[in-house]
Amino acid sequence: MPRRRTQRPRPAAEPAQDMVSVRVRINGVEYSHVVEPRLLLVNYIRDVVGLTGTHVGCDTSHCGACTVLVKGLWGDGWMAVKSCTLLAAQVDGKEILTIEGLAKNGELHPLQRAFWENHGLQCGFCTPGMIMAALGLLLRNPNPTREEIKWGISGNLCRCTGYVNIIKSIEDAAKEMREKGVTI
Amino acid sequence: MYPRKFSYVAPSRVEEVLRLLKRYGDEAKLLAGGHSLLPMMKLRIIGPRVVIDLKNLRERLSYIRDGARAVRIGALTTHAEIELSDMLRREIPLLPETARLIGDMQVRNMGTVGGSITHADPSADWPVAMLALNATFTVQGARKRLVPASKFFKGPFTTALKPTELLMEITIPKPPKGHGWSWQKFERKAGDFATVNVAVIAIPDGKSRVKDVSIAVGSVNPVPYRATGAEKMLRGKRPDAELLKSTAEAAAEPAEPTSDLRGSAEYKKWLTKVMVRRALEEALSRAGIPVEVVQHA
Repeated sequence: MPRRRTQRPRPAAEPAQDMVSVRVRINGVEYSHVVEPRLLLVNYIRDVVGLTGTHVGCDTSHCGACTVLVKGLWGDGWMAVKSCTLLAAQVDGKEILTIEGLAKNGELHPLQRAFWENHGLQCGFCTPGMIMAALGLLLRNPNPTREEIKWGISGNLCRCTGYVNIIKSIEDAAKEMREKGVTI
Repeated sequence: MYPRKFSYVAPSRVEEVLRLLKRYGDEAKLLAGGHSLLPMMKLRIIGPRVVIDLKNLRERLSYIRDGARAVRIGALTTHAEIELSDMLRREIPLLPETARLIGDMQVRNMGTVGGSITHADPSADWPVAMLALNATFTVQGARKRLVPASKFFKGPFTTALKPTELLMEITIPKPPKGHGWSWQKFERKAGDFATVNVAVIAIPDGKSRVKDVSIAVGSVNPVPYRATGAEKMLRGKRPDAELLKSTAEAAAEPAEPTSDLRGSAEYKKWLTKVMVRRALEEALSRAGIPVEVVQHA
């Protein structure tokens, strides 16, 4: 009897990958890593790249401490997003701005200066996220009313200040940014 | 918090997505903006083996197009894009207003209208607005089919979408110029899901009467509903305060809310009436339909 050769179909290559490569530009510096797809952007920024200014607060997209700006998610502009609720893989190829990228040549960004001068913080934990959210708002609306500022930062929680000086800081920074034509 | 391990793929064509859905079936989840999916994965409520990221389809499926009779919105359009659309603010203002009150700025920058609709959270906002506007969903599987919003939502987190299908587009017929509208969302705190959300579209007949009205109610039942009985009570009428009150009561009749952190069942049922009445008052006033105030002796 001739032996029948059973030919098993070769398994097709698995289209979904267990590791993904992520190449991003953070504060003007290029980074490239191969990471697990489940790695969240905030953990990528803090633990892989080592920029710990972006904070993890609630880790459930409520508190906004993890807010960073990403460029070109849609349209060409910068956009504030909560990096605890984004996979690093989702922003592959994008530009990212974190709180460390705001000061230029030892000069604070108008938002940083305004938070300092108006005492827009107490413990400071929410501040990086607060400033990045404020920047996201001001890039979209350079001359917001007090109501629009409140609405703009409604996704950022501060447990110390009661927000009064934070709002004052953002108004102050918005004025300087308009006068000096500063954006990022 | 990390999601369970999964493998990842980001196809750049719709056909590829459909092929992947066929291959992985129930083991796969589609990732749009991720603002419903990722929290659930992080809390380990779900743990898909494969995540199909739709980010490379944005160019194809993210748009807001004005037509003669309807507006078409691509499923991957973000809440923020709808919020900021001048055309929608002119043609169908209920849509940008619904978008404006979703989550917060950062969430609206990522979250998508299609993601919210297919996720079908009983407290979500888009399903209610789409129901009031008689929207139709274009779904692509082996073939293309159209599903009206009224037939799409089957239960909490359950829709008419098959595991092998993708939501492509939402078509929203334009209400006539001069229509009244209202979006009433009651939330405990900024950015929260609704305790009760109500959408109303009111069309005037030009003689101070209601030509047509639609009332959609969300968050109080497993799926949002149209208050068809209440709508009938208003059609053709010149409403007074008494009629609005009884209409709101009729609209709240089908509500069977459950007690949870957002309030007791009794409270939510009562709140439904209040929100429908407020929505009707606002929509009728925007439609230029005066509401006669009943004088009690």
